[in-house]
Amino acid sequence: MMKRSVLVAMMLALVAAGPCQAMEAVKIGMITTLSTKAGYLGEETRDGFQLAIDMEDGRLGGIPVELLVDDDGRKPEKAKQIADRFIKRDGVKILTGIVFSNVAIAVVPKVVRQDMIYVSTNAGPSLLAGKGCHANYFNVAYQNDNPDEVVGKYVSDAGFKNVYLLAPNYPAGKDHLGGFKRYYTGTLAGEVYTKLGQSDYAAEIAALRAAAPDAVYFFLPGGMGINFLKQYTQAELNRTIPVFGPAFSFDERLLQAVKDTAIGVKNGSQWTHDLDFPANHLFVDAFRKAHGRTPTLYASQGYEAARLLGSALKKVNGKVDDLAALRSAIRSADFDSIRGKFAFSANQHPIQNLYIREVVKTEDGTYTNKTLKAVFTDHSNVYVDECKMK
Amino acid sequence: MLLFLEQLLNGLQLGITLFLMSAGLTLVFGIMQVINLAHGSFYMIGAYVAATVTARSGSFLLGLLAALPAAALVGMLVEMLVLRRLYKKDHLDQVLATFGLIMFFNELTRMVWGRQPLFMDVPAWLAGSVELIPGVPYPSYRLAVIAVGILVGVLLYLLFAHTRVGMQIRAGASNREMAGALGVNIRLLYTLVFGLGTLLAGLAGVMAGPILAVEAGMGESILILTFVVIVIGGIGSIRGALVGALLVGMADTLGRAFLPALFRIFLSAAVADGVAASLASMLVYILMALVLVWRPRGLIPAHG
Amino acid sequence: MRMTRQNISIAVGTLFFLTLPVIATMAGEPYLVTLFSRILIYALAAVSLDLMLGFGGLVSLGHAAFFGIGAYVVCILSMHAVDGTSVLSWPVVINGSERALVAWPAAVVLAALAAAVIGSLSLRTSGMHFIMITLAFAQMLYYFFVSLEAYGGDDGISLFMRNTVPGVDLAADHQFYYVCLAALGLFLCFACRLVDSRFGMVIRGCRENERRMKSMGFATFRYRLVCFIIAGAGAGLAGALIANQTEYVSPGLMHWTRSGEILVMVLLGGMGTLFGPVVGAAALLLVEEFLSIYTEHWMVYLGPFLVLVVLFAKRGIYGVIIGGNGNHG
Repeated sequence: MMKRSVLVAMMLALVAAGPCQAMEAVKIGMITTLSTKAGYLGEETRDGFQLAIDMEDGRLGGIPVELLVDDDGRKPEKAKQIADRFIKRDGVKILTGIVFSNVAIAVVPKVVRQDMIYVSTNAGPSLLAGKGCHANYFNVAYQNDNPDEVVGKYVSDAGFKNVYLLAPNYPAGKDHLGGFKRYYTGTLAGEVYTKLGQSDYAAEIAALRAAAPDAVYFFLPGGMGINFLKQYTQAELNRTIPVFGPAFSFDERLLQAVKDTAIGVKNGSQWTHDLDFPANHLFVDAFRKAHGRTPTLYASQGYEAARLLGSALKKVNGKVDDLAALRSAIRSADFDSIRGKFAFSANQHPIQNLYIREVVKTEDGTYTNKTLKAVFTDHSNVYVDECKMK
Repeated sequence: MLLFLEQLLNGLQLGITLFLMSAGLTLVFGIMQVINLAHGSFYMIGAYVAATVTARSGSFLLGLLAALPAAALVGMLVEMLVLRRLYKKDHLDQVLATFGLIMFFNELTRMVWGRQPLFMDVPAWLAGSVELIPGVPYPSYRLAVIAVGILVGVLLYLLFAHTRVGMQIRAGASNREMAGALGVNIRLLYTLVFGLGTLLAGLAGVMAGPILAVEAGMGESILILTFVVIVIGGIGSIRGALVGALLVGMADTLGRAFLPALFRIFLSAAVADGVAASLASMLVYILMALVLVWRPRGLIPAHG
Repeated sequence: MRMTRQNISIAVGTLFFLTLPVIATMAGEPYLVTLFSRILIYALAAVSLDLMLGFGGLVSLGHAAFFGIGAYVVCILSMHAVDGTSVLSWPVVINGSERALVAWPAAVVLAALAAAVIGSLSLRTSGMHFIMITLAFAQMLYYFFVSLEAYGGDDGISLFMRNTVPGVDLAADHQFYYVCLAALGLFLCFACRLVDSRFGMVIRGCRENERRMKSMGFATFRYRLVCFIIAGAGAGLAGALIANQTEYVSPGLMHWTRSGEILVMVLLGGMGTLFGPVVGAAALLLVEEFLSIYTEHWMVYLGPFLVLVVLFAKRGIYGVIIGGNGNHG
């Protein structure tokens, strides 16, 4: 099957390569979240993606591209409306940029069925990795459970045996804790689900202290994580019970809002700005120069999506109308990833290393992450078997 | 038992924070009959200004001293430019206009301060904790919040019960025309009252800054709870706001703390946690609905 | 003169909506059809709110609850139909369905039932308290659906495909648009007749002076409750349509800000006019759609715009269009 599509692609490429014509810019539609409290996530994604284009003077893989960006306000039906406009009015064939899983679940299945390519820069819900996988859907960042799995493994390896879990009471919260538990071997001191968007955690912290665990693992994205960390430190529990989490509560922009409170916290991620690969140095330096700040993982994911697409556009010579060719070009993932080795699994999610990193204070007074070690190498995801791709 | 006492204290602290917020809102509503959805925006302004000034100067007190007048001034400006023209209009027009103001202030904050949350920490002299209950250290800062809340309550009582301005405000509230005829400058008085209300919101914002994420949109998270409080207490009544705030604070905290254990008695752990968590999320709204069904005008209605 | 201007506006508006798909296709902007489908659906929700807000004087900040219920009914029925499971197996067996003729009436009925329960409790209060108690019920439902794992919780449920109607292909954007237009048109006709009927007179009388209506022997509570239920049912229908339009539902549909937006649509267009909310829905959604293309800080412009409407356009945009007062004082 794979072979045949490659063959078709090659034949079509030969046919198409015939007459050389002036190239029209390939339009890429980015639906992302720029407003609401989570607005900076979309800002990072966009800035990372745009940087890759700027570094090539308006091109990706030598093909001129035009990036259209619109704000979904975190509303699924607004995102769907934008996708519709991008597709019908602007003639976009490639979409990307959605930050939140629930927005992705609402938008992605419909657009890929319309023969659009969707490259996810962040959201990697299990549905789209398993039962709902699709040949036109690629995730360049991670499957949602990945950043939790790595911490689960690390915490077990480090000898913690009685961990307390905390997450908001919604499916993503349960998925993330599930990811942690998959590789964690000890017992649970407690598993608490809080209100989505909760701001005061005094009651949970008191209960946590009473349960006397030897570590805490929490998935509380955005402001919820800030609230929890601040209050946890004020209760002086951070001195006795260490905290762990996935990367989401410890990106470089959030860290400036919690500062010392997060120092020493170990968290799981697929990328950090200090990874020692030439492509990564190039990206981090360029991003710092362009924006005057250290890129977060969201920026790295935007940048990777752009580079991946660039490699594919180059292969098909900018001919996005040949879907099969474009698809197999993306699937080959023939680009110099800032994460080093990178490949797609059968359900078109990353096979990559996953790292444990630690929050540190730098000499210039800012706060950032330092990579400690790779806990998983060439790690895929558990939903591969559920995916029956047609 | 110790845990229960600690959770009571947590509930008290949450209640007092809510009181700081609700006092201003209920004051404005009780006296000017204005629904101000943008009350949360002044809370946000207070937190942002305090966070910025504290970061620059290194002093929490300077941050506080800058934030209070900032919230009050912006409040008075909004009163003079927009709300003044809405006193005689329908509540609905006030809802629409102040909804617009929320959008404006949130987006303006994002433009000025950027999209990521700001940093604000507990001042060094309030860091650490006190063993109020033996064996249970309680953060000093949270105790300070409780103290500030009580202080504000007392000051408001003194202002209304024992000063000339307070008397004028009460007169203006019960009969605007009559008070005006007696030589009270109602226009100025309203502007000042509104400024006082937003100053209190700003104070609540400053006090919340070190505990919570300082981010655009932070006002709306607390706004709805604030409305729940003043509706339970009886709109326009500061005493009602105090009672409502404590009730909501206690119900929310105790619900989160003890519902899971309660449900585990007769349900399996996984089911119990799920049910308890969703019930705890809904608890304050259930409380409000019950109170309103029982007493449609709130617990302590302001006027008759 | 006044009537003429209003009638001309309505005629022009009707003509515009009837020919929009043709215009959009000719102008090479086919995506406008889906945008306007969404506008029609929100307009339906806004008109239903106007029925109780503008005529009954009942200010609800929880109207999105019924909108959400309608959408959930459609998605849940469809989900079970696809899985081949039943929604309820006891005391009666209820199977899933993808048929619009089953799912939509179910959405309307369940939204009406929810409105009956919420309304009978909420209507004991009035004024500001009524605003808040409706909000409280909507927030309860919001958190209920956020944690309801069986139906996706906060992730929501995707509709596998749009509902089926014999003879109509809802998946085709143009046909779906006309279905939405028909739904809105029928509801508007119904609402217009309703407010001019005896029932409508009583409802409006209650708004002006409830005590007098009571002393005249009207069971005002019952009239108001029926009004609340009809409004809830209308929102339920709009919810069934939005589920089909987005092919997705999530608790976000019931969040209080969504209720706020529907309220803003009514006020922006002009409350108590029935046609005003249609204009308001169109204005708000179009501004949101196009302002966000030109500036990412679009809310910094939309906010003051709303304030200006309050200050200077006394009866909303529709009031400005038709001039003077609408016929429903």
